[in-house]
Amino acid sequence: MDSQIAEPDAAARIASIPIEEIDVARPSLFQNDTIGLFFDRLRAEDPVHYCRESHVGPYWSITKFDDIMAVDTNHKVFSSEAKLGGIAIQDMHSAEGALELEMFIAMDPPKHDQQRKAVTPAVAPSNLQLLEPVIRERAGEILDELPVGEDFDWVDRVAVELTTMTLATLFDFPWKERRKLTRWSDVATAAPETGIVESYEARREELIGCAMYFKTLWDERINEEPKNDLISMMAHSPATRDMPFLEFLGNLMLLIVGGNDTTRNSISGGVLALNQNPDEYAKLDSDPSLIGKMVPEIIRWQTPLTHMRRTALEDWEIGGKPIRKGDKVVMWYLSGNRDESAIERADQFIIDRKNPRHHLSFGYGIHRCMGNRLAELQLRIIWEEIHKRFSRVEVTGEPERLYSNLVRGITRMPVRLHAR
Amino acid sequence: MINITFVASDGERRKVEIEEGETAREAALYNDVPGIDGDCGGVCACATCHVHVDPEWIDKVGRLTDGSMEADLLQFAEGTTEFSRLACQINMKSILDGLVLHVPDKQY
Ligand code: HEM
Ligand code: FES
Repeated sequence: MDSQIAEPDAAARIASIPIEEIDVARPSLFQNDTIGLFFDRLRAEDPVHYCRESHVGPYWSITKFDDIMAVDTNHKVFSSEAKLGGIAIQDMHSAEGALELEMFIAMDPPKHDQQRKAVTPAVAPSNLQLLEPVIRERAGEILDELPVGEDFDWVDRVAVELTTMTLATLFDFPWKERRKLTRWSDVATAAPETGIVESYEARREELIGCAMYFKTLWDERINEEPKNDLISMMAHSPATRDMPFLEFLGNLMLLIVGGNDTTRNSISGGVLALNQNPDEYAKLDSDPSLIGKMVPEIIRWQTPLTHMRRTALEDWEIGGKPIRKGDKVVMWYLSGNRDESAIERADQFIIDRKNPRHHLSFGYGIHRCMGNRLAELQLRIIWEEIHKRFSRVEVTGEPERLYSNLVRGITRMPVRLHAR
Repeated sequence: MINITFVASDGERRKVEIEEGETAREAALYNDVPGIDGDCGGVCACATCHVHVDPEWIDKVGRLTDGSMEADLLQFAEGTTEFSRLACQINMKSILDGLVLHVPDKQY
């Protein structure tokens, strides 16, 4: 259980690769979980690394905590704009027949600022706390249904189910149809290569269906008394109620997509990390009040989004390297989160760290994750409810990881529950 | 040593001391003043050290500068006013001895 590395002499092989040949964009490195060894080398030998040739074209890798912070907070030079390629190492493309939803995560000021300001109050912590009791009750119901003492897949039965439940609660989405939300989120971020949709045509059709569904919900909520769910809040708030419908839809999808695989994989990643670190699991078991500190540590450890990408708007220098206007610059949060010069004992999972929120998983600067407190709230509730019921969630086999250089995901993980 | 008083949203006052050259964020963190998180480490990147400067002190502390990173970040924080500043951007010097800062209800 200790090591995820499938190939025993991977370390020796990776150590012998000439530095200029290192290409950390290959999704297979994330799937077989050897990626950490590559980042260790880059941080030590070439922290601002240029990769000349790759399946995503040439790109810079920024691998140290402080350099990442410097890029993330310099939005005047490093752009998130979709038309320049957007926020992921793989360029956003407007393929024929694709329906591009505009989302402010891939916009620069001033448009980014206007949209974010309009939507922010919907996820304000003071509002979210009102939803806590419902999320807690529903999490309890999902956990109570689980079999004790027999193997099952944690990802499908628990992580996806809990995430879908919290999303449905946040939007007060018709309960019986809640898996639609998960489906639309997957579809919105899917390219045909992933197998999630067959073609851009098919994707477009599903998203139009999604748009119509939300239009109905919006019309319903706008005619009712204001409630605490995000759709009602957006339908009634002066900042958002007159938004053009497509803009509303883009923002809504951003809230759904933003909180979907990130939360799902944090739930699974936490179970895995505790199993790989039995001493930490014992600490948690004897003192559940540590959950509040453990949650940000899980989010650091998992780093659900491995990176965000920017495009340089002018010539610039990072760590002594010349970045040219138009270059693709990738901030590897997963690497910065293991940087010993910024985080003490960064290679260890420690549930009672002193400054657990000092990590890069939510980014920094004007694009810093808008749902960061919401994500923590959900995970805290879920862990409190798990702790009440089970003395241990035991991982009983090798987890399978997602083939992706962006979403650090666990796709399957057999577990067995031990009753408290 | 320079004195700062942090006033919580329920009115509770906490007086702490800090050395010249450190920031108001550090004064809060060293003394576990609740409500100031300071996630980014004090580099003006997260807006979780938001405070309302007491109106009596705002001229000495100085107001937000338009177009600064601090202003860019604070536009997304909850409950900002004309007295809002980020504590990590308030450098403590002797003219600020006795400073009063109000901590908002929530940071994120
Ligand atoms: C553990 C869970 C989560 C992680 C790791 C995460 C991570 C991130 C990251 C890395 C960014 C971009 C930061 C940057 O470019 O500097 C981001 C932005 C964003 N996230 Fe999250 N996120 C999580 C949960 C959520 C949730 C639950 C929501 C739903 C409310 C959400 C909504 C957003 C939005 C709206 C943005 C765009 C902010 C902007 O561009 O101004 N996220 N998130
Ligand atoms: S501590 Fe992050 S902005 Fe002040």
